[in-house]
Amino acid sequence: MTAAVPVPPEIEDLLRTLAPQVLGTLVRRHGHGAFDACEDAVQEALLAAAVQWTETERTEAGQDDAAGGGVPENPRGWLLTVATRRLTDQWRSERARRDREAAVFAREPSGREAPGPADDRPGDHDDTLTLLFLCCHPALSAPSQVALTLRAVGGLTTAQIARAFLVPEATMAQRVSRAKQRIKAAGARFGMPPPDEREERLRAVLHVLYLIFNEGYTASSGPDLQRADLTAEAIRLTRALHRLLPDDGEVTGLLALMLLTDARRPARSGPDGLLIPLTEQDRALWNRDAIREGTGLVTEALTWSPPGPYQLQAAIAAVHAEAPRPEDTDWPQVLALYRLLAHVSPNPMVTLNEAVALAMVDGPSAGLDLLRSLDGDDRMSGHHRLAAVRAHLLEMAGEAGAAREMYRQAARSTTSIPERRYLESRAARLNDTRPDDGGSHDGNDRANT
Amino acid sequence: MLLIYNRPGFVEELTEQERDELFGEVGAIMKELTESGELVGGDALADPSKTKTVRRKDGQPAVTDGPFLEAKEHFAGHITVDCESVERAVEIAARWPDVRFGGYMEVRAIMNESGTEM
Repeated sequence: MTAAVPVPPEIEDLLRTLAPQVLGTLVRRHGHGAFDACEDAVQEALLAAAVQWTETERTEAGQDDAAGGGVPENPRGWLLTVATRRLTDQWRSERARRDREAAVFAREPSGREAPGPADDRPGDHDDTLTLLFLCCHPALSAPSQVALTLRAVGGLTTAQIARAFLVPEATMAQRVSRAKQRIKAAGARFGMPPPDEREERLRAVLHVLYLIFNEGYTASSGPDLQRADLTAEAIRLTRALHRLLPDDGEVTGLLALMLLTDARRPARSGPDGLLIPLTEQDRALWNRDAIREGTGLVTEALTWSPPGPYQLQAAIAAVHAEAPRPEDTDWPQVLALYRLLAHVSPNPMVTLNEAVALAMVDGPSAGLDLLRSLDGDDRMSGHHRLAAVRAHLLEMAGEAGAAREMYRQAARSTTSIPERRYLESRAARLNDTRPDDGGSHDGNDRANT
Repeated sequence: MLLIYNRPGFVEELTEQERDELFGEVGAIMKELTESGELVGGDALADPSKTKTVRRKDGQPAVTDGPFLEAKEHFAGHITVDCESVERAVEIAARWPDVRFGGYMEVRAIMNESGTEM
């Protein structure tokens, strides 16, 4: 939970699973107007648990009483009791300070002592879902949705979130507190969104989970390991969501996409941190269990669900994953899936990938023709990805000089250090290459014949 | 990152009231950025006369006092913001009071360690 106290993973897991359940119970009991205070109280209870439960773990005493140490018999009840006590203390001191008794009495919890068994009823699952909807409320900006989801649903501390996003803790604390104020100002209720809004709100939740995943996935290894933990957190939360909504094809699709993408993590960068493109990765390093699970999920979902963007992206990842060597890739299948994706969810990034697949099926000039359709697109002009793909296709076409220029242009446009290094090395490689060589990309032979 | 360039010593030429206004404005912007959760960090740099310049001379690093070039404007400080768009960063830069007193601001993107394989 905290950097100061090393918490055993099983306790950390337990705490993080219980966090949204306890918060949900508190908010239901005290009203959605108290969400901010409840959320703070749960954070404090989690920190207290991280300290007290581990104390006995370390000494292996076990004879401490329930308030003392060790994982209590009813961990959820323990957290609820402590959080409620904090909440009550907070309101008492607030009342003393502001002397606004009437206003506070209205919010005063009815049963503010230890929770009875009735509070421990199930319904926790719905709470996690309701909390996700609340944290991904449309009144919030995407970064605020991400921060609040990680804290309120993921049970991460502000310090952990700040480290993951490379901003000072005070900055992240401010974002979380603003997000909570905004939710209050928007009059958001702690409950499931009405049926006509549900689909759209769920899309926002999936988007936030995918943002968290990508934030971790694109972080390189080494000093950025802290950030890579975000992928595990995103997968954990998406798994929980999938358990709650097993009949939603896109939730299943997103979980599959995360698993299939994360499966490549051990192979995607070299020991020097340099990025390795898909076609040059050592496929023996791919995580087979994750591939099996992801492929199974998406294959099954596509049999009963209308194909949404996450399912299609997962299906594409699955096609790549099933090829033992890059040259075994079923490119016509990848192309067909990208065309379907472009139809379901048109987007210049999709066109970019479609151009790569098209080049692998019909040759680089077909891909380059498709890229030209993006030149007038404001979202893409000057984007390093467009230049990088164009460079790659020019290289495939044997136009080394033009490809080198395009790689350099892409290198100048990216703000990512590993991407710049990769693009510069591609450009440098072409300096030593004869113009008709076409570079070293796997699959060139196939595409050029 | 917002890079602040101004003419060294320009603050000394201001009236007391102008100076108060200047620092008040900077304080207000910093407060706003702190409250919005956009401020990541920043530094004001000491007078350019405190500079040491390191250059290679006869195959060795050679250190001289003062900036290498006598420029009209000097790099006076920087602040780092994490905001939604470049437009927002430019908007913050445009409000920086140094711009009104003959200085200028540069808005530069910061490189990061994240990346996607291609």
